[in-house]
Amino acid sequence: MSLCVEQIRHVCTLGAFESVLAIKRAVPIIHAGPGCVAKLWTTLGSQNGHQGSGYVGGHAIPCTNASEKEVVFGGTDRLRKVITNTFDVIDGDLFVVLTGCTSDIIGDDVGEITRKFQAQGKPIVYVETGGFKGSNLIGHELVLDAIIDQYLQPQQVEPGLVNIWSSVPYQNTFWSGDIEQLNLLISSLGLKPNVIFGPDSSVDAINNIPKAQFNLVISPWVGLRTAEHLKDKFGTPFLHYPALPIGPTETSNFLRTVGEFAGIDPSVVENVIRKQEERYFYYLERAADTLLETRLLPRRFITVADSLYALGIAKFLTNDMGLIPEKQFITDDTPTNYQSDVAAEFAKFTNDIAAETVFSNDGGYVEEEIRRLKIRSRPIILGSSWERVVARDLNAYQLSVAAPIGNELVLSKSYVGYNGALQLVEDIYSVVLNDFM
Amino acid sequence: MSINLDRSQVIIREKRLKSIVGYQGTIKDLAEQSQSGCLKNASRGFSQATNCNSGCAQGYLSSITDAAIVNHGPIGCAGDVAGANAGFQWGQRIRDWDQRNVRIINTNMSEKAVVFGGDQILKEGILKAYERFKPKAIFVTTSCASGIIGDDIESTIKKAEAEIGIPVVPVFCEGFRSQIWASGFDAAFHALLTRIVKPAEKKRPELVNVINFVGSGRALITEIFGRLGLVPQFGIPYSNIEEISRWSEAGATISICGTLGGYMGNGLEQNFGVPYVTALQPHGISGFDDWLTKLGETVGKEKEVEEYLAEQKILAAPELEELKFKLKGKKVVVGMGPSFAHNYIRFLEDLGMEVVWGFSWHYDAKHDHGGCPSCTTELTKKDKDIPVSVSDQQNHEVINLLSKVKPDIFIGRHPGMSVWATKMGIPAIMVSDEYSAFGYQGTIEFGHRIIDALTNNSLAVNLSKRVNLPYTEWWLEQDPFEFLEQKNKKTERENKKNVAVR
Ligand code: SF4
Repeated sequence: MSLCVEQIRHVCTLGAFESVLAIKRAVPIIHAGPGCVAKLWTTLGSQNGHQGSGYVGGHAIPCTNASEKEVVFGGTDRLRKVITNTFDVIDGDLFVVLTGCTSDIIGDDVGEITRKFQAQGKPIVYVETGGFKGSNLIGHELVLDAIIDQYLQPQQVEPGLVNIWSSVPYQNTFWSGDIEQLNLLISSLGLKPNVIFGPDSSVDAINNIPKAQFNLVISPWVGLRTAEHLKDKFGTPFLHYPALPIGPTETSNFLRTVGEFAGIDPSVVENVIRKQEERYFYYLERAADTLLETRLLPRRFITVADSLYALGIAKFLTNDMGLIPEKQFITDDTPTNYQSDVAAEFAKFTNDIAAETVFSNDGGYVEEEIRRLKIRSRPIILGSSWERVVARDLNAYQLSVAAPIGNELVLSKSYVGYNGALQLVEDIYSVVLNDFM
Repeated sequence: MSINLDRSQVIIREKRLKSIVGYQGTIKDLAEQSQSGCLKNASRGFSQATNCNSGCAQGYLSSITDAAIVNHGPIGCAGDVAGANAGFQWGQRIRDWDQRNVRIINTNMSEKAVVFGGDQILKEGILKAYERFKPKAIFVTTSCASGIIGDDIESTIKKAEAEIGIPVVPVFCEGFRSQIWASGFDAAFHALLTRIVKPAEKKRPELVNVINFVGSGRALITEIFGRLGLVPQFGIPYSNIEEISRWSEAGATISICGTLGGYMGNGLEQNFGVPYVTALQPHGISGFDDWLTKLGETVGKEKEVEEYLAEQKILAAPELEELKFKLKGKKVVVGMGPSFAHNYIRFLEDLGMEVVWGFSWHYDAKHDHGGCPSCTTELTKKDKDIPVSVSDQQNHEVINLLSKVKPDIFIGRHPGMSVWATKMGIPAIMVSDEYSAFGYQGTIEFGHRIIDALTNNSLAVNLSKRVNLPYTEWWLEQDPFEFLEQKNKKTERENKKNVAVR
């Protein structure tokens, strides 16, 4: 991995407090320096689709704001006080203590403090997320580990119930829309998604995680650790589907794979697919004139995104839209042990097309590489708002699909599934059309 | 305290300016206590996320056009860079420049660096920044992690500097060192004063340094200053290293904000002989009058200023009257940094509104020139004493107070604050541009902004009907300053009077 990082696209382990905020009425309690929340929130929230503080985010998050005193004398007293008062002040159902660099380096025993509250029956867990441990994607998994180990209780399995581990809250700009779309897809097969994050989430869903018939990981690597952990702990089987399903080819394949794994009657699955594809092609047929006949259409695309989006988008644009992938830059600090598996997925496209992958979380390096590419025609760069500059310089089209996205307001939008693919086509070709007028 | 440029590290505001983040009382009491030197910071038994000084230091320096920054810490400490970049894009836009991204490299400190030291990665970061950006200077901003593990930043920097031959300047801004995020501005200015600003070769008496942020008010100020025979030099953002090195040539320095500009202004005065204008902020009429008048006095343009202001007064009078008529008696709560807060309190009161509470996110008991902040003392001259508190964006205090005093409007600055008033159904305005309410026309503009916010409050009302606040009923029944551990805290009865339910 790159040593130095310019133009950052993810943050440090502590950024996983955003995953806590993604669960309705769950409350992070941060034991860290005074600036950590505001800084992490900039990349994951305010400059990422302009996701605001929501129920208890931003300046509402209880935080010790560790100062010199805590660094010198230890911060456990301060933390104990803040936790105690949080229970009185903040109206929540689950509390997650997360630590930052200061606490982890000086070695505050946060576990001991939290266990005392747990012993009193409080719904609280803790997780050490000192920033130097890695990215917030790792942090996201650590938070889930903490919930699994310190909070979940074994449950009777409920047939048909599925936990979905996919888009990472706030890191993936379209996470909440994605979750809604994935839930719709899963429900269309007659399964019941257990909604852990997003607008329909609840702490009940957290409690119900062990009830699931299976865990569904839809992502190149993030979430695998969670599924493995749940398998160890509760024996829940899991299905790993490495690509985010975008567009008819991938989504139909996805539905068939899930249907088979869940033991659903293939005729049910095929029925769903037929209906959805008909709708998709109704719209695509209408768009076809423009997709073929507009001046200066992009033929090639460059993706600069988390592996989740890079793969999902690359598959759709290649397999369904007839575009050709240029280099695919994967910026999520993919742990080295997953990199070859992730890269292998980029070699499985239609017409034997393979996309070259570059793993780097250093946007400065990515930019240099992009400038070095020799591309005929005007390409489209699907990246973050960092790429707006290089896109302008190279006369490329640009669409923001990965954090940080400062140039778009994102609410429920998603590129997932059949409908998401239509949205992506709308967005890409609107960029092109806007360029002419 | 005089500004000491022999040190590599700035003295934090708590020590230099006796700054605090916890207090509750009234403006007269606050001023009295700071003048008598007995103002103490009150800590809190419950606290919420604030900001750190590295954000201010890094954000401010990142828009110097030909410099680069190396942020030495885990990648999260560069989390604000996306925000700095957004601001930078806007600043380039309003100048009609080609847009490029900010030049900040983070050293991506890992567990290994924490255990074995980060000097090597810092060196690599500096070399990388040099190679990538060919900057005229590199600023190295520190983090909690680099501070705690005790990296020898200065010697690493010296070595790197010897290799690349441009100034490589440390900016000590570890988040835990100061609870006052504005200490980060001082750290940034200290770096400039110690290593970038050079003694003047020739003096340019007509030149006035104007310390600001994005600088949307440039055209207007250039026009006004032009009438006075002065030339403004805006910065520090969007200046280049060469320009900054010559800030010592100016005839005076003035700032858009006392919190922001004090260290640089006084540093230039004490060390380079450029007088610093310690006036009110130019927001609202009396503030603008004072700002320009004091500038005129400093550079010998009294008559020109007087003429200009007299003319403006006549032009603006009818519209100002109309505003005052419409805004009379409207109740407002203000929440901003100290200079902006105390200036806006004055300005809103001048418009005939009633400031029912003033939050300032911190408070400097004195400024670098030695005196109590002029915007604060100015408020003590009024008959009416205004209830105020010092609270570093402590959301529980703000929301609790708003739920009790129920103002007609909340006026704030800093992201993530006005939204909470809105969720309570209270119309809110965020003053994100430092030139809002600047001068006569700006004041009129801002008055209309308030009227518009009061005229259609449907978004706030609709939100408040459907959105729950994260606070328990218990908390909303408490005194807003329940957790403030202040020795001479106002008695509960007195407090009740101030925050009486209206
Ligand atoms: S770790 Fe320290 S320097 Fe970094 S963001 Fe947090 S408070 Fe600021």
